[in-house]
Order: sequence, then structure tokens, then C-alpha cells
Amino acid sequence: MEDKSGVKKPKIECVNISKFFGEGQEKIHVLDTIDLAVKENEFIVVLGPGQSGKSTLLKIIAGLYKPSTGKAYLDGKELTHPGPDRGIVFQRYTLFPWKTVMGNVEMGPKLRGVPRKERRGLASRYIDLVGLKGFEKAYPHQLSGGMKQRVGIARAYVNNPKVMLLDEPFGQLDAQTRYFMEEETVRIWETEKRTVIFVTNNIEEAVYLGDRIAVLEGKMPGKLKKIYDVNLPRPRDYTDPAFLELRHTITEETELTL
Amino acid sequence: MSDKQSAGSKIILKVLPYLSLLSVLAIWELVVDTGVVPNTLLATPIQVIELFFYKLTHADPDGSVLLIHALTSIGEALTGYVLALAIGIPLGLLMGWFVVAEGLARPIFEMIRPIPPVAWIPLAIFWFGIGLTGKAFIIWASGMVPCVINSFVGVRMTNPVYIRMARTYGASDWEIFRKICIPSALPMVFGGLQVALAASWTALVAAELIAADTGLGFLITMGRRLLMPDMIVLGMLMVGLTGVIIGVIIDRVEKRLVAGVRR
Ligand SMILES: Nc1ncnc2c1ncn2[C@@H]1O[C@H](COP(=O)(O)OP(=O)(O)O)[C@@H](O)[C@H]1O
Ligand SMILES: [Mg+2]
Repeated sequence: MEDKSGVKKPKIECVNISKFFGEGQEKIHVLDTIDLAVKENEFIVVLGPGQSGKSTLLKIIAGLYKPSTGKAYLDGKELTHPGPDRGIVFQRYTLFPWKTVMGNVEMGPKLRGVPRKERRGLASRYIDLVGLKGFEKAYPHQLSGGMKQRVGIARAYVNNPKVMLLDEPFGQLDAQTRYFMEEETVRIWETEKRTVIFVTNNIEEAVYLGDRIAVLEGKMPGKLKKIYDVNLPRPRDYTDPAFLELRHTITEETELTL
Repeated sequence: MSDKQSAGSKIILKVLPYLSLLSVLAIWELVVDTGVVPNTLLATPIQVIELFFYKLTHADPDGSVLLIHALTSIGEALTGYVLALAIGIPLGLLMGWFVVAEGLARPIFEMIRPIPPVAWIPLAIFWFGIGLTGKAFIIWASGMVPCVINSFVGVRMTNPVYIRMARTYGASDWEIFRKICIPSALPMVFGGLQVALAASWTALVAAELIAADTGLGFLITMGRRLLMPDMIVLGMLMVGLTGVIIGVIIDRVEKRLVAGVRR
């Protein structure tokens, strides 16, 4: 979207967002005056340690939580409710256990009233995209952790969202699978360009994936500390000196360790 | 434990139950035959078996052949049970998800819940007589409670993450109820069905003992009135056997239904 001056407007914009939970004595301050603008088709990583409010920020953008102050916008429209224009992949596995892979992926279109034949076609396309062709009839308990998150990605994509929100999707995977899934994430994103907000506590993952990395400060409340531009060509190499240097810089400048 | 031993214990577990059953029957037969327990108080297993075959084809002395007694009880039980499911499950599910439903139904439900189902028997006979309607009412009252509770709890226990996921799809409250809460509550509802069946069957037999003119409970009562200990035991065994058979059939039907609803 461009205004008259030809400057690109942000796809997602967070303005002055703060979030408190609880009341009185119990009240906790989780996010403090977050300002963040994400460009169309940009892959932005929100990096921060546990408890820094990453999931909370993502849920505010998803419309699942209301910010205590400030606002979040999508294409200039305030975000107040969840909707299919934002696809989410949650931190924990959240596939419906009573549905097959196909059943899980086609649930979104089904709820929007897309006719059976059409939604099956759509679902198949995204099941293929995430590399799960042949597993349509499998149930979640028959899948490995990595495969479950692939289904998670497929069922977020299938609604044709403008924005993909991923909350530490690979946090529970072993290192090997994780590297592979990071590669896959980039491949999928390059095939189907979307605005992506990807949350992680892993610096290496952030540098591998992000066009930019927004660092949330560790101690509560979470505050946006700095945004790094990652000007490395893709596909990136974890052992490339420039990669390692950026990784080192971020490690030095934040309390994060890895 | 070594494999050899566990193979041995498998054989033991296959043989011993029969042995145990046979010895109980033998001792039972013996204590009555030798007069340790008088035959007027306890029938021998052979007498019970003889009566079983006699009652298959003869309506006397109690008025109906065995099959009619069994079918009457089954018919009454299923009528009340199906009513309990048809009303209890939707009610419990709705109460679990919709605040209005919970607010309206909860006080009434909590008032009725502590009354043991058998306590309804006199009132039911008073209102509906000793026929099918009265029995169905009693069974309905006893089966309702576990149906409502389990359906309610099942919906309440729906993983909030699933609900959140559906919300991000833009699903309405009603859609979330239908597509998320109900399927995820099913195993819990399912558990309630067997509990409800056991409660229903117990209440039915109790009701038939008190007031009936056919049915397995009535058969037991008639055995007592006619001083026929073999008929009492036959009635008891038939109650147990029929209960098990209904349980198995319902289990099959439920599994079909669950598969259907979840799809
Ligand atoms: N719904 C909620 N109610 C109360 N406290 C919450 C809620 N969601 C998150 N929090 C609190 O906010 C803090 C940050 O949580 P979260 O956003 O999950 O951090 P992160 O994802 O970075 O680990 C935690 O202390 C957590 O307990
Ligand atoms: Mg989190």
C-alpha cells in the first residue's frame, strides 16, 4: 500500500503498546510502550528471552489480547478481534487431535463456508507446500513434532492470511529438526511471500530467518531495545563469518545467551 | 520375570478361572444336596438351569416366559436411557459453553442431583402407574445426572488453545461450540454413558422389585412370593447377564457415534 508521497505504509503497525495483567498487588507490567512497524512481505523476528512478553505481543497483534494502552494496526485498520487475515502458529502443538491432517488444514476454510471440493483443493495445496503429501489421513498423534508444526504452518497459510504470526514454533524440536524446519520456513516463505512476524528466544534462529530482528529486553516489562537489519543473502549459512559476526554482536549487546 | 514364567502364568490365567467357577458351583450344589443349607432357602445350580430351560417356553407360574420378562426390562431401560441421553447430553454441553444455559439450568439441576434415583420410584408410580411410562421416568431421572455432569465437564475441559485457534479462524461462538467443544468433550461424554447405563439398570430393577407385572425384577419378587428360591436366583442371574449384554451393545453403538460426530 502506498500513499501519495510514494512511501510504503507499514503492513503491521504497533503504536505505543503496553500491557498489564492482573489487578492491584497482583498487577504485572509485561510490555512497555512498544512501537514497531513491519513492511509488507517482510520477515521480522522478535527476539527475546522467556517472560519478556513475546507471546503477549503476538497475541495482541492476533487480536486475542487487548493492549492496555496503544494500538495495533493492519493496513491502517485497528486490530481488535482475531480474524483469518492473520494466521497463527502457536508455541505449543495445537492441532485438533480428533481431526486428520486434512481435517485440521481444511478447518479454517470450512469455518468460512468454502465448499468442500474447493477447500479440499486448497488444503491439499498447502499440505504439499509444507512437504506433507501422503500424510493427509494421518492423525496428529501419529506425527513427529516437526511434522505437527508443518501442519500448523499449512493450516495458517490455507486461509490466505495477510500476515503470518509464528510463536517459537520450533522451540520444542531437537536441533537437527530445528535447522531443517528453519530452512523449510524460508523456502515456504519464498514460495508464498507474506508478512511474517516470527518470535524466538534463539539468536541463531533469528539471524538465519529475519530481514530484521527486533530485540525485546529481558527484564519485565518487555521493552523494544534495538532493531537489527540483517543484510545477508539467502540462503544463509550458519557458519558464514558475516553470520557469526552479527550473531556475536547481538549476543554482546543483549542479555541473551546462546 | 522370564518369558517362560509369563507364558506359564498365561496358561494359569486361562485355566484357573474355569476351575474356580466350577468349584464354586460344585460346592454350592453340594451344600444344598447334603442338606447343610436347606433347599427351601437356596436352589441348586442344576435346579436353576432346569428352571431356565422351563421358563424359556412356559409362562407359568409367574405369567410370562423368560424372553418377555427380559424384553420388558430392556424396553423400559432403553426408553428411559435414550431419553436421558437425548435431554441430558445436549443440556450438559450447552451448560458448559453458554453462560445463560448454565445460569438457568444449574440451580434446578443442583436441587435434583442429591436425590438418589431410587427415591423417585414412589412418586413415579404415583404419577404414571406401574407400566412403561413410570419406569421410563425413573430411568430417565437416574441416567440424566451423569449425562449432564460429564457433558458439562467435558466442554469445560476443552483445551483453551483449541478455542483460541478457532477464534483466529474467525469462528463464531456457536461454531466453536459445535466444531471444537463438542468433539473434544466426546471422550468425557462417552465415559458418562456407561455410568448412566449402570445407574439406569440399577434403578430399573429396583423399580420392578417394588411395582411391576412383568420384567426381570418382577421375576425375582415372584420367586420370593411363590417361595421358589430357584426363580430368585434365575432372576438375579438374568439381571446381571442382560445388563452386560446391553452394556456391550451400547458400547458398540457409542463408538460408531463418536466416530461419526468427530468426522
Ligand atoms: N493471560 C495472562 N494472564 C496473566 N499473566 C500473563 C498472561 N499471559 C502472559 N502473562 C504473563 O506475562 C509474562 C510474559 O509472558 P509471555 O508473553 O508468554 O512471554 P514470552 O512469550 O516472552 O515467554 C509472563 O510473566 C506471564 O506470566
Ligand atoms: Mg512465549
